[in-house]
Amino acid sequence: MTTETSEESKELPTSVDLAAEYEASGVAEVLRELDEELIGLEPVKQRIRETAALLLVDRARKSMGLSHETPTLHMSFSGNPGTGKTTVALKMAGLLHRLGYVRKGHLVSVTRDDLVGQYIGHTAPKTKEVLKKAMGGVLFIDEAYYLYKPDNERDYGQEAIEILLQVMENNRDDLVVIMAGYADKMDKFFSANPGFRSRIAHHIEFPDYSDEELLRIAEQMLDGQNYHLDEAARAAMKEYISLRRQQPHFANARSIRNALDRARLRQANRLFTSARGPLDAEQLSAIGEEDIRASRVFQGGLDVDRPMHTGEQK
Amino acid sequence: MSEDTKKEIKGKERYKAGVLKYAQMGYWDGDYEPKDTDVLALFRITPQEGVDPIEAAAAVAGESSTATWTVVWTDRLTAAENYRAKAYKVEPVPGQEGQYFCYVAYDLILFEEGSIANLTASIIGNVFSFKPLKAARLEDMRFPVAYVKTFAGPPTGLVVERERLDKFGKPLLGATTKPKLGLSGKNYGRVVYEGLKGGLDFMKDDENINSQPFMHWRDRFLYCMEAVNKASAESGEIKGHYLNITAGTMEEMYARAEFAKQLGSVIVMVDLIIGWTAIQSISKWCRDNNMILHMHRAGHGTYTRQKNHGISFRVIAKWLRLAGVDHLHTGTAVGKLEGDPLTVQGYYNVCREPFNEVDLPRGLFFEQDWADTKKVMPVASGGIHAGQMHQLLSLFGDDVVLQFGGGTIGHPMGIQAGATANRVALEAMVLARNEGRDIKNEGPEILREAAKWCKPLEAALDTWGNITFNYTSTDTSDYVVSETPLA
Amino acid sequence: MRITQGCFSFLPDLDDVQITAQIEYCLGREWAIGIEYTDDPHPRNTYWDMWGHPMFDLHDAKGVMMELDDCRKAHGDKYIRINAFDSTRGFETVMMSFIVNRPAEEPKIHMQRTDFVDRAQKYAWDVRK
Repeated sequence: MTTETSEESKELPTSVDLAAEYEASGVAEVLRELDEELIGLEPVKQRIRETAALLLVDRARKSMGLSHETPTLHMSFSGNPGTGKTTVALKMAGLLHRLGYVRKGHLVSVTRDDLVGQYIGHTAPKTKEVLKKAMGGVLFIDEAYYLYKPDNERDYGQEAIEILLQVMENNRDDLVVIMAGYADKMDKFFSANPGFRSRIAHHIEFPDYSDEELLRIAEQMLDGQNYHLDEAARAAMKEYISLRRQQPHFANARSIRNALDRARLRQANRLFTSARGPLDAEQLSAIGEEDIRASRVFQGGLDVDRPMHTGEQK
Repeated sequence: MSEDTKKEIKGKERYKAGVLKYAQMGYWDGDYEPKDTDVLALFRITPQEGVDPIEAAAAVAGESSTATWTVVWTDRLTAAENYRAKAYKVEPVPGQEGQYFCYVAYDLILFEEGSIANLTASIIGNVFSFKPLKAARLEDMRFPVAYVKTFAGPPTGLVVERERLDKFGKPLLGATTKPKLGLSGKNYGRVVYEGLKGGLDFMKDDENINSQPFMHWRDRFLYCMEAVNKASAESGEIKGHYLNITAGTMEEMYARAEFAKQLGSVIVMVDLIIGWTAIQSISKWCRDNNMILHMHRAGHGTYTRQKNHGISFRVIAKWLRLAGVDHLHTGTAVGKLEGDPLTVQGYYNVCREPFNEVDLPRGLFFEQDWADTKKVMPVASGGIHAGQMHQLLSLFGDDVVLQFGGGTIGHPMGIQAGATANRVALEAMVLARNEGRDIKNEGPEILREAAKWCKPLEAALDTWGNITFNYTSTDTSDYVVSETPLA
Repeated sequence: MRITQGCFSFLPDLDDVQITAQIEYCLGREWAIGIEYTDDPHPRNTYWDMWGHPMFDLHDAKGVMMELDDCRKAHGDKYIRINAFDSTRGFETVMMSFIVNRPAEEPKIHMQRTDFVDRAQKYAWDVRK
């Protein structure tokens, strides 16, 4: 027995109300969330709005029979660590899902180790395993350039690249690939792998955050955990940001998150050792100047940032 | 009844020779908090005019545990308090003048482990004939995990049954061989073969097919197994026939079971009327011999149907899950036999769920933790046909045997065609449900689509499409108004 | 002879759109999907060959369909079935199983009877091509 409706003679619409489509599809909602939740990133937001508009129009054209091809949606996100690439990828997955370009809208986030094996015959099954899980959603490959090691002819990364290229070409209805990493390394990677270059339609650059933006990010992060900076601490944080930026391994928002984690630790320790009598909510939620200034960064030392988590996100 | 006659009398006064109220003897305690290890029972009672409901409840507790009609001094040789059941809650039945729900708790020490005979001798031993009550009905029971674990439960269970049959993801299909009486063994086996060849998973002996002059059991077994094996070879599927081994003695039942095993049958069948001890014995035999045990609930209607007196079938289903059966007839809701849909779903839940939540509209008054006791496969049988497939599937889900006796054998194009009609209707409905279609509403349309390429289904729909048994059920929930649905 | 094992053998063979819909149903219940193949449809042949491990954590049927395509390329002349596994306590078993590929010409199952006592028979089956 078959399940299709018997006749395919649906009347094509003769006009389309883009504004209504924009709201009804849920795209408006995703873009609003993007604006509200992400500080700064103006050029990125602009590019995403443009992409959304393009896809919305494309969808409308399809509904009127003006286009038939699924557009190429694979993307590259280039920028320094901690500039919001993974967060934006999550939003992008939601956006593509609402527009009907991916069926499920989940994000599978991987690095080279998840795709490339250790011995002959190991890579293809590994890459396929990841691809199967990513079907219907978005595959986010962080630091994608590590797949390609030109100095090693026998590198198994090449095998993963070939499978990826094939799927990016043949399964455009089934998944969208986002490759991410440092801008300069991505450029080199693409020039050495023209296959990727030609299959990626959207390049989005993620600029570093300004000091002012990072301070706002810090306050937003703390607010989300019911903490806040008092006046002096705010000034200290501002100073911290400009000092930290000049040091190696600076990772934008991620460095800020790590600094705040340590500040909370210090605050807890301070309250524990110095408190006499009961503490009120204000005392428990205020990060003080000393909690920030105790950082090694102020003595010219280095705060160590932890690596980012990888894995599947919804 | 004055307040002091509801109070337990303690000390010397309690054991003075004479007659006391049951409540005074300590069978009523409105403040009692049932223990996790107590066996709980819910009775619906109709006291005689002028009998106080609390005293009536205390009497039920008393008569189903230690009490006799008068005070006996020998109680004082025991830790009597422990042996007295406690009525702990009495409430009027909503909308039923003169009826009360009374809740009784029994200490675990009252019951022998692993014996339904002992359990039932206590709970329903005397009390249903007790004069101060016009009528009494055992509505529900809760068994503590400690007691559940003293029973082996179903010998196979529905999960292992499916693995053994290699059949998953849809209800199993069966049919009862008809006519019930008079076919010779050879003719009988013909019906079995046709049904299985046409696409059924099981054929079935009826409850009163044992070993009568027209067909002795050994002959029936031989012909049926020829039919089963031939149909398997022609379909590539495992198939079965419920060989009814019910007989006059246990020894004879074992002999028939052994022969069924020797012939390679995957399943045997008994009737409920063989009694609890015989059921537990044959269940043990089945467990020892890798046999699925099919239970036909013959006779239950004599005590389960009327709402004011007897035992609810949900209690029988609980006892049978403990006693250990693999298949149990639990009603169809849409067919020819008694059963309102929610109440029937309650029985299914008792058979299949690992844990029953309280569900008053489905008649489940207690939580019941089954402590990993295997699940019983419910069987829906009696006056159902292919045209009701969408209703059956949405009421009962996948884990059920749907038995179409008349609906298979009475097919105008023959038995095989009848079986095929049912199988196609079922597969088409499961396929459509899984595709996300609303089978409850689109069911008839889905059947008609399949009937376009399946002549036997078309004939079945044309013959029975409009048959319904739309009578009001007698055994309905007291908590919602429900009706037997229209087909 | 048409082997009628599995959920949908009495229906016309499912096309890929229909197979996809059934897999989506399984994934929606968080069942793992396994692909198995055999040329021996004996009723008691429980263990067909596995086309890789059952697939866990998939979101979309396409992942299964890719493997099914590969399996068909390698074993198009055999029976292939899709099995869905549920790890829920109390089930921990196959929840659904259906055939998605058949040999162009299906074999026959031959039944052998052997007398063992009185008129009773021992039955044996074997698959013959």
